[in-house]
Amino acid sequence: MSNIDEGVQSRIEKEINSNDVVLFMKGTPVFPQCGFSSMVSQALSHIGVEFKGIDVLAEPTLRDGIKSFSDWPTIPQLYYKGEFIGGCDIVKEMYENGELKALFAK
Amino acid sequence: MSMSANEIENMIKEAIPDSIVVIEDLRGDGDHYSAHVKSELFNGKSKIQQHQMVYKALKGKMGQELHALALKTSSDL
Repeated sequence: MSNIDEGVQSRIEKEINSNDVVLFMKGTPVFPQCGFSSMVSQALSHIGVEFKGIDVLAEPTLRDGIKSFSDWPTIPQLYYKGEFIGGCDIVKEMYENGELKALFAK
Repeated sequence: MSMSANEIENMIKEAIPDSIVVIEDLRGDGDHYSAHVKSELFNGKSKIQQHQMVYKALKGKMGQELHALALKTSSDL
């Protein structure tokens, strides 16, 4: 975790600890600005999971911050109960094989 | 600045020597790829860890020169 601003880090921790499902994405759930963010947002909606979408395009420090925080180079990033679940590819795979639905049933 | 399929494959194989890498140029534009990486080194690792190994192999190019790489990993060769 290199040169991540403390303010950004505590902001991220606060978000993922105070909301069960958090999606760091480009754009908003209603107006996603990127195909990958849109895909994850739709998968969540499709299985009826409520989530908080956080638009990293609106906050450039958060865009870099979440990449360092998760040690993950791309957006979107999905968190559930404070735990990093994955990016677009992993969420897509979990959606297709039913693991995503099972995860939220826990 | 984009990367060729060969460059991507070589970087992954350099970091994960036993890997079998199948790259597809999804739009033929040298910018949107999919990669299926198989390696026994993925054994016992979570999906997140497996993907992180591939991203690390690409040494920071993912999300930079390499705009889009749809990644699939598996541990069975």
